[in-house]
Parts: sequence; C-alpha cells; structure tokens
Amino acid sequence: MTKKRTGVFVCHCGTNIAATVDVAKVAKEMAGEDTVAFTQEYVYMCSEPGQESVVQAIKDNKLDSVVVTCCSPNLHEKTFRDNAKRAGINNFTCEIANIREQCSWVHNDKAKGTEKAIKISRSVVRRVNRNQPLDSIAVNVTRRAMVIGGGIAGIQAALDIANAGVEVVLVEKQATLGGRMLQLSETFPTLDCSQCVLSPKMVEVNRHPNIKLHTYSDVQELAGSVGNFRVKINKRPTFVDPDKCKICDHCTVVCPVVVPNEYELNLTARRAIYIPYAQAIPASFTLDEEACLGLNPIVCGKCKDVCEPDAINYDMRPETVTEDVGAIVVATGFDLYDQANMPELGGGQIEDVLDGLQFERLCSASGATKGHVLRPSDHTEPKNVVFIQCVGSRDPAKHCAYCSKICCMYTAKHAQLYKHHVPDGRAYVFYIDIRSGGKGYEEFVQRTMEDDDTLYLRGRVSKLYRHNGKVRVMGTDTLTGQNVEIDADMVVLALAMVPSKGTAEIAKTLKVGRDNDGFMAEAHPKLKPVESVTGGIFLAGAAQAPKDIPETVAQAGAAAAKVIALLSQTTLNRPPLIAKVRRSHCTGCGMCVEACPFIAIRLEGGKAVVNEALCEGCGSCSATCLRAAIDVKNVTQLQIHEMIEACLA
Amino acid sequence: MSEQQPYEPRIVAFLCKWCSSAGSDLAGVSRIQYPANATPITIPCTGAVSPMYILSAFNKGADGVLVSGCHIGDCHYIEGNYLARRKMHLTMELLKFIGVEQNRFRMSWVSAAEGAKFAQVVTDFVNDLRPLGPQDKLKKAVRT
Repeated sequence: MTKKRTGVFVCHCGTNIAATVDVAKVAKEMAGEDTVAFTQEYVYMCSEPGQESVVQAIKDNKLDSVVVTCCSPNLHEKTFRDNAKRAGINNFTCEIANIREQCSWVHNDKAKGTEKAIKISRSVVRRVNRNQPLDSIAVNVTRRAMVIGGGIAGIQAALDIANAGVEVVLVEKQATLGGRMLQLSETFPTLDCSQCVLSPKMVEVNRHPNIKLHTYSDVQELAGSVGNFRVKINKRPTFVDPDKCKICDHCTVVCPVVVPNEYELNLTARRAIYIPYAQAIPASFTLDEEACLGLNPIVCGKCKDVCEPDAINYDMRPETVTEDVGAIVVATGFDLYDQANMPELGGGQIEDVLDGLQFERLCSASGATKGHVLRPSDHTEPKNVVFIQCVGSRDPAKHCAYCSKICCMYTAKHAQLYKHHVPDGRAYVFYIDIRSGGKGYEEFVQRTMEDDDTLYLRGRVSKLYRHNGKVRVMGTDTLTGQNVEIDADMVVLALAMVPSKGTAEIAKTLKVGRDNDGFMAEAHPKLKPVESVTGGIFLAGAAQAPKDIPETVAQAGAAAAKVIALLSQTTLNRPPLIAKVRRSHCTGCGMCVEACPFIAIRLEGGKAVVNEALCEGCGSCSATCLRAAIDVKNVTQLQIHEMIEACLA
Repeated sequence: MSEQQPYEPRIVAFLCKWCSSAGSDLAGVSRIQYPANATPITIPCTGAVSPMYILSAFNKGADGVLVSGCHIGDCHYIEGNYLARRKMHLTMELLKFIGVEQNRFRMSWVSAAEGAKFAQVVTDFVNDLRPLGPQDKLKKAVRT
C-alpha cells in the first residue's frame, strides 16, 4: 500500500468550534500524522471560499484523501464528498470528523475539548488511511409513491404527486378520507367552511386516474429502502361493497345496535352499520364488526334483508395487499390530549365541558345539532360560554411542554362562531399569551375581542365542577390580580394536540424516529423539515408537529415536491458501503449467513457470497465472523482497531 | 482526598450511526454539557461491534467501553441490536471471568431524540469509572 496523502481541513465554524476547541492545535497535531500531507484551518469551511480552498488544496498538493473536521456528517458529508469528486479524487476517500456536535458544543473546558477533538480527528485520519475508492451502486427506482393518512396533509400530497404524473397509493385508517379537517366547521382566519374547501379535494382524490385508494386499511410491514420499498397493507373488511352501495340509508333504519359516533366525537350515536359523513369518500356504508350482533343472518341480518342492491356481504375477510413504491409520505395527523389526565377540569366527566373538536361539530351544519349551538346536557342555548386555552399545552410539569400552536387562533374562531350563533351570549377566553403570528391572524383575534365583544382574561383555570346545572369555573385574572368565578352554561377546552393514536407503531414499522413529544422527527430542524431520518420517507402535517391548515398544505406540497424529485430519477445511487468477503480467509462456516438480517449472504462453493443488491452494510456479518473474512467496505475491522488506538493515544 | 484531582477515565464509545450517534448530535445541538472523557467511534450498527473491539480497546488502555445503539425493536437494520445484546452479554461474562470490573463495560439504548439521555449515560459512566481508577487487567504492558 503506497502511503496516502491526506489533507486535513479544520473548520472553526465561526466560533461554534473555535471558542471551545483550539483549532490551530488540532491542525498542528494532524500535521504530525504520518500520512497527512496538508492541513488548513478556515473560519467557515462549508462556505464558497472554504469549499474552493478544499478543491484547490486537493489539486495543488496532489492529495488522495480528505478529512474535514467540522460539524456532524449528517450536515456536510455530502458537501465535502462532492468537492472531493470535483477535485478529481474519489468521493469515498473523504470523511468527516465530527468535532462540533460531539465535542465543541458539549464541552466548555477548552483544554479537554481540544484533547478530545484531536482524538476524534486522529481516529478519522487513521480510518481514511485504509479507505478504498468506491463507486456508488446504481439501483432502479420504482416510480410510484405511497401516502399514509387521508387527512388534508395526505390528500394534498397525494394530489400534488398524482398531478405530476406519478401513481400514488393512498392509505387511510378510517372508513373515509378527510381526517380532522372534515370535522371542522369553519376555518380561521377567513371563516370559510371547512367541508366546502375539503370535499372537492376528496372527490378529486377518488376520481384521479393516478391515485389508488385504500381506506379502512393499515400499514403492516415495510421492507426495502429508498427507491424500492415494499409495503404490506391490511385492508379491514367493511362488509359492504362500495360499488353496489347506493347510500340509500335503509340499513341504518333497521339496525338494532346503537353505539357512540366517534366521527361526531361521541356527541351523537350511530348504528353498527353507518356512513361517517354524508360526504364520505368512498361513498359507502361500513359495518362495524365489533358493534354488529354477529355478521350472521341467523343472529340478526336485518341490514342484509333490506339492502336492495345486495351490497352487504358478511363473508368479507381482512385482505393483505402488497404495494411496491419508491417513496412514502407519512401524514398520520393528530389527536387531542386526553381529558382524563386532568381531573381538576372534570376529567371528561362533565357533559357541558367540551373539547375543541366537539365544539366544531356543534357549530357545523352537518353536525349533531345541525349547526345550532346547544349544550349537550339539556339542549338549551348556552348564554355564558368559557373558552380555556393551553389546556395540557405549555405545562412541562404535568402535561405537554410544547405550545400546540393553533389553539389561540381556533379559540378566537370559536368565540366568533359562538357570538354569530348566539348574538346575545357572553364569551370568555382564559389565555396565557395570545400567539397569533400568521397572515391576517392578529387582526382576526382583534376582531374577536372588539367586534364580537369577547372578554379575554389572562390567567389559568384551576378547577371546573358542576354547580346548579351550570359549570362553575374557578380562575384567575392575573392582570387585575383577582380570582374569577364564572357560572358557565358551557366550557370549551383548547386541548393540546398530540400525535394520533398509532403514531408510535407506524413510526416503528417505517423506522422513522420520533421526537421527545412523540411526533415524527424531521431529519434536520431547519434544513430538512419534511424529510424523515430514513431516506425516501417524508413527513407532512400535524404528524410532524402541531400546525394549522395553511402550514400543513405547504408542508404536504413540499413533501410531494421531494417525492417527485426523487422519483424523477431513473436510477438512484446507493452508498457502496456494503459487505465484502475475503475469499482466502473464508472457511464457509455460514455464521455470517445466519447473522445477516437481509438474507444477503449465501454459501457458494464453500465460500460466502454477498448479494450486493440486498446488502445494507450493517456489519452484523463482520462482527460475527471468527476469521475476519468479511468486512463492510471502508468500515473494516482493521480500520476500527486503528481508530480505537487513535482514541487512546 | 478532597485535594486530589479525580481520576479521568478514558472511554471509547461505539455509537450506531442511526440512533446513538444522532442522539449525541442532538445533545450537541441542545448544548447539553457532559464530561469529555468518551471519544466516539461511529459504526453503522451495534450489531457490527465485534467483541474483539471491546477487548482491543481495553488492551490499548481504555478504562471503560460504551456501546450504544437504537432501542430494542427500533434497529435500522431490523435486528442488529438484538445480535449486539447477545454478543455484549457474552462479552460481559468473559470480562467478569478475566476479572475486569463489570462497571467498565456498558451498553445503552439511546435514540436520535434522546440527546439528554446520551449526556446522562456518559456522565453516569464517567462517575462510575472514576473510583475504579486506571484499568490494567487487560492493558498491554508498555514495552521497554
């Protein structure tokens, strides 16, 4: 092996690294390494002049490998590998030593930080000594996308992708498209009807030649990687053939089973056979297997008897569908924080204490009360309504630490809607702060206060309880320093937004990370806000963080653009860091074959052979091999041993 | 005793690329301070950590070795951390047999979202290693 000529480029990152790491010393120490032919420091290595200097230095000094000591490889590994390529050397001979996230930012002691930065840098220099020039592996791309979640985020992403000519598979857990937005009455700040905006999009999805819809379905399994995923979907039986169903409603009339209607947030009841909304897509009834008396004509069978088009089929069974796609958008949405967690506010047990979504259903013309604001306990018009913001949000000690972002706005909207429905009523809002950043948002809140005469009280509510047929609200107005007691006819809680039920499971299935609050984690908080940490899987809507409809639509469009860009390539470059067998050392014992999670190794003629298309480069094989006969390229055992030595030098 | 500087253990930390290395990045982004004793080596997966690496680190003078990966069930490579768990358990038994203190070798599960946990794991490990002093059971004698 001829001796390498490595260049080490030490970035100051302004003062992000230089303040707590002696960068000059790092460069000097690296210059003392046997294989280092060139070192340089610069204030911002990733800037245009910084990158140019790397390219120039590679050419001028005939360097064959590069180590950049800077931020995490997640940020600029590609940047500097591209520069290496631009300078005429192989991009896989360039490696990053992370001395920012893993060193300068976490150690204030400059002497110790510098010592550790030197160890990290030296270990990467030693690694690069044995890096081989490699070529990326080209793989074909499946030009098809999947969108998981049929709310506004999923609908928008699916339409944007489909309109670009790419086939989309849309998977929705519920019996209808529409998600949370379909439950809303009006939307802020324009008060346009939610369903009027959404329903045409739902119809468009259903009719779109490029969109294949699976409702009442769950994603079960994911295999493969970016460009070539294979997804297994479980389609639950609806027991009604949507092609035959004429939505005549004869079946619900005869169905003897009454259960709470979850689509109306349990404000009303439905039958075991039901349609979620009049505008449901697909426009078909669904038979709730758990509520039904028995799916058997001997037990009941009333719905089947009256169904003229013979659409009901008790013999439907769950179906597993396999779809091959190249990219996935996750848009699984949100739920509201569980009221049971706050017994001081009634814990969900007081009838006239509603959550925000229930109030939307009360206001909605298609809702339980046909758009009349009536309180659930006695169906009278409430004259005093208290709206409480930040319920469960901004409370790190007991509930969610984060701000749910949309509650200030929707509470202002609720107060307006209430005043429009009940002009002689009184609306109170308890708030901590008003956060109304957004186009037209502040003006909207001001209108609520001034034009609609809503009384805003700055303070929190400590207790809610039943009192003489009303709800006693015990609160504080911190601006006057007075305790406030209101006997309200109805109370509406702006509960925190939390990731929808099942987010943890789907995140696990898809291998996308979640953040501390349980939302899907973006790959980078600023530069990759729609990418998940897993290549080819993108995020949209409230699954990623609380956000309102315009932001959700924007993110869905961005995710769609990323999918289209990815799928517009005919081939993708896979990193070539995969396993390689040293045939002279291999005894054909087969232990690596058993260790491989991807079934990528087989024995042929008594030697292990790696299937390059299947190998993901995890290295389980190399850690298992007793004779060090199998290694992941550029992460070989010899390299790791030399890195260990450098860390302890 | 109070006059004496505490012993500064030298730790090699094998971090999987997908979870623990990303988690340590998050500790950085969140500016959570922890002792500088652990030098990270990022590997694709904890399943790629050969027991030889652990022994090699002790042999080269490490006072402690940390292997940190994705939570069980969350492995990017499906089951790498299960393999690692089994392998590391056996390694632990071997170290015990040789007479290396159990506290010198540690395995942890730190996800990409757990920056604070990563800082805590390192802090705890350093605190546990300090009273043990230098590791010399497996350290190669310096040739004269």
